[in-house]
Amino acid sequence: MKLEIRNLSKSFGQQLVLGDVSLLLEKVHTLALIGPSGGGKSTLLRVIAGLERPDEGEVWLNDNEIVFQEKSLREHRRTVGTVFQSFNLFPHLTGFGNVTLPLEKVHGYSSQKARETATEILERFQLMEHAHKQPAQLSGGQRQRIAIARAVAIRPKLLLFDEPTSALDPEMTGEVLDLIEELREEGRDFVLVTHQMGFAHRVADQIAILSQGRIVECGPPAQVLDQPKEEVTRQFLSRILKY
Amino acid sequence: MARVETTSSAVGFWHNIRRCFWQSPEERQMRPAWWVVAINWVLAFLLLSLVAWYAFANLRYNWNWDAVSNYAGFFWRGWFTTILISAMALVLSTLIGVTAALLRRSGFFVLRALSRIYVETIRGTPLLVQVSFAFYVVASAIHLENRLVVGISTLAIFSGAYISEIVRGGIESIGASQLDSARAIGLTRVQTYRYVIFPQAIRVILPGLAGMFASLIKDSSLLSVISIGEFTWNAQQVGGLTYSLFETYIPLAVGYLVLTLPITLWTQWLERRTKFET
Repeated sequence: MKLEIRNLSKSFGQQLVLGDVSLLLEKVHTLALIGPSGGGKSTLLRVIAGLERPDEGEVWLNDNEIVFQEKSLREHRRTVGTVFQSFNLFPHLTGFGNVTLPLEKVHGYSSQKARETATEILERFQLMEHAHKQPAQLSGGQRQRIAIARAVAIRPKLLLFDEPTSALDPEMTGEVLDLIEELREEGRDFVLVTHQMGFAHRVADQIAILSQGRIVECGPPAQVLDQPKEEVTRQFLSRILKY
Repeated sequence: MARVETTSSAVGFWHNIRRCFWQSPEERQMRPAWWVVAINWVLAFLLLSLVAWYAFANLRYNWNWDAVSNYAGFFWRGWFTTILISAMALVLSTLIGVTAALLRRSGFFVLRALSRIYVETIRGTPLLVQVSFAFYVVASAIHLENRLVVGISTLAIFSGAYISEIVRGGIESIGASQLDSARAIGLTRVQTYRYVIFPQAIRVILPGLAGMFASLIKDSSLLSVISIGEFTWNAQQVGGLTYSLFETYIPLAVGYLVLTLPITLWTQWLERRTKFET
């Protein structure tokens, strides 16, 4: 994908969350957004997902500008797959129903076609035996994998992960990260907000460090994580790696 | 040895008797046996009968069931009219309530204000006043002479205000993260209500709604003030004709109880069911 961000700003009331963020990445498959809490990484991801409107600035995805008006935003959201930290799934539907709902109601699949598509993807993710269960009966890891299946089923041009493992214990984190890594090997494009440095190092082509609403540093993992140029990055990494 | 055994079996005997009537806090987890429940229900009825018997024994009253039973047809006709009124008001009030709840969440401030004014005025004034006002002022102004239509509409508008608050509570119980997910997969606002909010909110709404329906049935008795021939009005006619009081009010109370009790039981069943599912 090609991702270009020009002078993006966003405030919530008095709180400046993104201050004049610019970024140009060509031919990147995986972008990881990293940085201290409240640094603006989730907001940036949500702007790219079309869930948040910036106060100023532009976002271009594959040379198409995202128009921040409700109607075109809805069209945009239909072409990307977003996975949140938790509480993704609709609790009144089964895992299977969660995958077929957007296919049928948003993308106009027949119920037959939606079922086939959902079965195919859930089988590939080895989730078919849990597909008939409701979210409350599933483990956190299974829930998150079904959420990813729902996002992937619509054949999005871009996947967006907002701290997908922050609410999970280490074992479940592993199963979700394995799945994301598989998607990476399939060559899917995604943007990922994460606190898992090792994982980011392994899967990301590019890493952007966000702190206090700015991109402090951006580059390949070997450069940003192993030889950070900026003091802010060094401090952040040393804090994270301390424990 | 023998003595100890007698004592312990005596203790056991009293222990078992006690368990027929009282549960210690540690035992509250367990469900009592069905016959324990039955015994205590009978006991409760006996106690109540005793109170009722005492009250009526001191009452100097000439019971005259024969005169009243000649007018059984009045009761039946009124009872069925009450069922008709309640059923129609029930459907209409649900529609009004859902609409008012949605208007309350509308993007237009004026619609929100209208919904708020509707709910607060209706809930804040007596139904008796509303019924009289609707019939003598509004209905006569628009030359609407069908009392039944006026009655049903007034009752529906009255319950609709309460239902709108129940529905609003249900809608607002759905977390922001659910709305975020719905937005993220690209659902429209209408689709979000249809596929995400209502299916979840209904679990919160249903018990309150069922309770509201029981109230609605009883509240329909107030329509007797504009001479609609429902249950209470008919009972009052019989009372007037036969100079009787309790012989008409007792069947009246039973008639309402027969309608409301199933709804109350249904509510309890719903509450139990929703508890398990979440």
